[in-house]
Amino acid sequence: MSSLLYDAQGPRAKRRNVLFTVIFLVALAAVLWWVYITLKDKGQLEWVLWEPFTTSEPWSTYIWPGLQNTLKAAALAMIIALPLGAVFGIARLSEHAWIRVPAALVVEFFRAIPVLILMIFGLALFAQYTNVSSDDRPLYAVVTGLVLYNASVLAEIVRAGILSLPKGQSEAAMAIGLRKNQEMRLILLPQAVTAMLPAIVSQMVVIVKDTALGGAVLTFPELLSSANTMSGYYGANTIASFTVVAVIFIALNFALTSFASWLERRLRRAKKSTGAVVGAGDAEIAGTAGTGAGGTT
Amino acid sequence: MFDFLSDYDILGAFWTTVQLALLSAVGSLIWGTLLAAMRVGPVPLMRGFGTAYVNLVRNIPLTVIILFTSLGLYQALSINLGADRSDTANFRLAVLGLIVYTSAFVCEALRSGINTVPVGQAEAARAIGLSFSQVLRLVVLPQAFRSAVGPLTNVLIALTKNTTVAAAIGVAEAALLMKEMIENEAQLLLISAIFAFGFVCLTLPTGLILGWVGKKVAVKR
Repeated sequence: MSSLLYDAQGPRAKRRNVLFTVIFLVALAAVLWWVYITLKDKGQLEWVLWEPFTTSEPWSTYIWPGLQNTLKAAALAMIIALPLGAVFGIARLSEHAWIRVPAALVVEFFRAIPVLILMIFGLALFAQYTNVSSDDRPLYAVVTGLVLYNASVLAEIVRAGILSLPKGQSEAAMAIGLRKNQEMRLILLPQAVTAMLPAIVSQMVVIVKDTALGGAVLTFPELLSSANTMSGYYGANTIASFTVVAVIFIALNFALTSFASWLERRLRRAKKSTGAVVGAGDAEIAGTAGTGAGGTT
Repeated sequence: MFDFLSDYDILGAFWTTVQLALLSAVGSLIWGTLLAAMRVGPVPLMRGFGTAYVNLVRNIPLTVIILFTSLGLYQALSINLGADRSDTANFRLAVLGLIVYTSAFVCEALRSGINTVPVGQAEAARAIGLSFSQVLRLVVLPQAFRSAVGPLTNVLIALTKNTTVAAAIGVAEAALLMKEMIENEAQLLLISAIFAFGFVCLTLPTGLILGWVGKKVAVKR
């Protein structure tokens, strides 16, 4: 649709486009020039500050351990949050009000609260009520915060996935005399999981991005905080360190996003399935119909 | 048990949170709309810029952007956005970071809204001789905004929650005060409950009211 907002261009429109392109180029060039001049004036473009990244030292001492911690926290959070999310998502579809209502309250509550608040709470909780060593506490707190928030988002994804299946599926299951839990276990969930895969992979991007919070506020030694230590060690090359870290995050998340949209296209093409797909952004839209807080953190 | 609460300015901290959210919301709505216009426009260079901006910014953690505004822009490059005190500078930098990040999501929400406008609308507008900017301004965007209220609400709620990231650069908002209070007082559960309640109060009504508004204004098709 978006490409149909304008017609094939005639000579006048083409001339106008060239004019706009030139104006935009000049503006863009002016901004880039200003960035270049500012960086140069402050000495941030000195080769000394960027040179460390051509050697292996910063990669093996700072970046790789940091990246490992980022990936570890993200993977742990996903592995714990998935089953929890599935349980709450299914509970919200229960026909018993005493299961449905509390599950809905829990999910809406944790979706309405910032992850950072949950992480700060987790850190203090582990410090006061458990004997987790102070080295491990940040990891525990980060994972706790991520699990609580993402389990509730995944619950909405699971719910949307099950609701996206054609009604005939559960009717057919009832018709052949399956029990409620057999229907869920054998008919609905297996199909819903395939439909949900793209949304789950895109949630992974959110989790990876949120681990950086742990580095900035909870002293969790992940990629971003390793950049901080690194820029201190190599003589305040803040700009260089941040650029490298940002590029790594972009590459990682771009790979995940591309994988998610590839999955989505593939599932939409597949003829065997029911054709139900919960896309990357669908869950938030479906989830907020009449309820509370959504999130595209 | 509740005595210690009077030593802290909880309402003031939440007021900072609200200010961060509102200022960034206005800024990212403007910049996000411009980005969306670039992405659907006829000039290839602008389309490319819009797509690149959204894909890059969406994949960087907000924490990295916010921390960069403080450590990179403020400390390394001495850009203070016209503020003479460091706390005002941090506040403005946080708003800048939030706008840079959130506008990518606003752009996507608007584009999904533009996609709901039937092709016939734009075709009819062109048929009566409107230019691209007139088609966008007078016909497509007004309808797109009305059906984008739902996705934009989600972005606003996410933005409200994301303001807590400003705690990483020392802006005196709710999350920073919560951290300070937990460190000073032995009342973990009470303090956490207060701040959780504060955020529920900010986000749930936003979702409910704007959800209702979204249903009211949606174009019936």
